[in-house]
Amino acid sequence: MDATLRDRIQSTVDSKKVVLFMKGNKNFPQCGFSAQVVSILKQKGVEFLDVNILADPELRNGLKEFSNWPTFPQLYVGGQLVGGCDIITGMNESGELDKVLG
Amino acid sequence: MIPATEVQALLLAAFPGADIELSDLTGTQDHYQVRIVSDAFEGKPMLQQHRLVYAALGNAMQGPIHALALQTYTPAAFAGLQGDS
Repeated sequence: MDATLRDRIQSTVDSKKVVLFMKGNKNFPQCGFSAQVVSILKQKGVEFLDVNILADPELRNGLKEFSNWPTFPQLYVGGQLVGGCDIITGMNESGELDKVLG
Repeated sequence: MIPATEVQALLLAAFPGADIELSDLTGTQDHYQVRIVSDAFEGKPMLQQHRLVYAALGNAMQGPIHALALQTYTPAAFAGLQGDS
């Protein structure tokens, strides 16, 4: 991955405590997995930046390598990848998500 | 698209002896749900467990599989889960 793209991803990830890379946006998710994570975050009342990867193919491909994670959504908290839909759902049920977001 | 038998074979090759339950969610061979119980996950955080599965599927994740709902458990964690029901 070229350095410019890597820097762009890094600064996006660092721009807010909670960043969700998703298909669609928080008001109009375009995939059930993305919609589910948005709904969990909304339920928590967490403020987050939503980034629509469908609108940016370069970012979409770069993120797979940057995160070492092949699918979307991808949730970052404090600059760290927390996981995709299944992990976030599981962490929400176990209460672990509150600790990460806290 | 990738046949379920192929997905199953890739997973079994990466996680020998694992208990794998695979279902085709849409009948279109590209939306799968899989539950894997394997001691390969022992001592690894969830993120790492899922990465192992994605690595096992390799190129299949780069197009043939559009969506994968994933649950990974160590044998101990899965046994605990059964105890609840």
